[in-house]
Amino acid sequence: MKPAAFVYARARSLDEAIALLREAPGEARLLAGGQSLMPALNMRLDAPKLVIDINGIGLDGISRKNGQVEIGALTRHATAERSAIVADMAPLIAKAMPHIGHPAIRNRGTVGGSIANADPAAELPACLLALDGEVEIAGPAGRRAVKAGDFFKGLYETALGDEDVLTAIRVPAASADRRYGFGELCRRHGDYALVGLAASARADGQRLQDVRLAFFGVGATPVRARKAEAALAAGSVDDAVAALDLAPGDDVHASGAYKKHAAGVLLRRVATELAA
Amino acid sequence: MSAPTYAIALTVNGEAVEATVEARKNLVDFLREDLGLTGSHVGCEHGVCGACTVRVDGAVVRGCLMLAAQCDGARVETIEGVSDAGEVADLQAAFEKRNALQCGYCTPGMLLTAQELLKNGRIDRAAIREHLSGNYCRCTGYQAIVDAVESVARARGRL
Repeated sequence: MKPAAFVYARARSLDEAIALLREAPGEARLLAGGQSLMPALNMRLDAPKLVIDINGIGLDGISRKNGQVEIGALTRHATAERSAIVADMAPLIAKAMPHIGHPAIRNRGTVGGSIANADPAAELPACLLALDGEVEIAGPAGRRAVKAGDFFKGLYETALGDEDVLTAIRVPAASADRRYGFGELCRRHGDYALVGLAASARADGQRLQDVRLAFFGVGATPVRARKAEAALAAGSVDDAVAALDLAPGDDVHASGAYKKHAAGVLLRRVATELAA
Repeated sequence: MSAPTYAIALTVNGEAVEATVEARKNLVDFLREDLGLTGSHVGCEHGVCGACTVRVDGAVVRGCLMLAAQCDGARVETIEGVSDAGEVADLQAAFEKRNALQCGYCTPGMLLTAQELLKNGRIDRAAIREHLSGNYCRCTGYQAIVDAVESVARARGRL
């Protein structure tokens, strides 16, 4: 199908993008990589009055500062995938990158777009949650940072307001005692996951502490399985699988029972990565 | 609301193009309908099938997931240009030799996507499959396509 008619505006700065958002409250959409927005427009799942192209406003780039890795919102997936800083300092994101869409999608799609879109089956929101990262938001009242745990509110719902622009994400830089694991199951490589898991932990000798298991594709947002986290920290993968506190619903791809089973399979695989 | 239009200037296969487009017109429709470049195909129109694959500023993208209006100032290349330049002649020959196509609907996208992989470092069969995973073929079952790309990778010293 073809999109419904809209007005197209190319913002030249962050301030101009925010000003444009204020011109059509709730009826404007930001166009970053467009790899989720354009399908929604083509299928007329969304029909905004105004589409604001923010590709020309900067906000790209990857840097390390104050013990964190900062990835600008308009950084393309392909750029993050090839980044030495991401590989060395945000290895969980590096592990997730090849699973995000296909090469042509990663050439256009942006890191900030994936986070702001908050698809419940997307990889990066779960990574951000597993890393206890944060997003930086600019709006009419200035800038603010929101932790991942407070950012994802519901199905495609986030802490972003109608006049806000997500400008960057920040995650703690990796250290020698940190362990990361990532896995997902999908019908075709690059498709949205049936079930996925992004995990981080701190190694303390043979034990794991600060275990964070962020599952995706199993609810309206990425979901932490806290009882499984505790069981894994106590040392038993079997107990962690048995304790999996997830309640995925049935969807067009798989039944909830299948997803729950698959989540346990993934947990066993990812636990091996965390222990390595 | 009358449909708003926008003036754009870009290069398509090395030629300067100026046009006026509706905001909602996507790149592949612009190439096919306004410029008559029908080698890029329209399949699913939501980024899943890869039939509309073109290159923008040197990178392979979905032609259905970019607006023509976004391409002001861009360098767009389609299968027509890449084919005429001889850049994928060996790949095309390998596809023909190995029957890596039947109806041909997916082939322009397959060629452009494979060419991007073949330009980037050393690869193996698994990498070919993974790289082409975003391009649907409903005829061949993929085996012949992977064979063709692999043979070119070997000939180009990428395997």
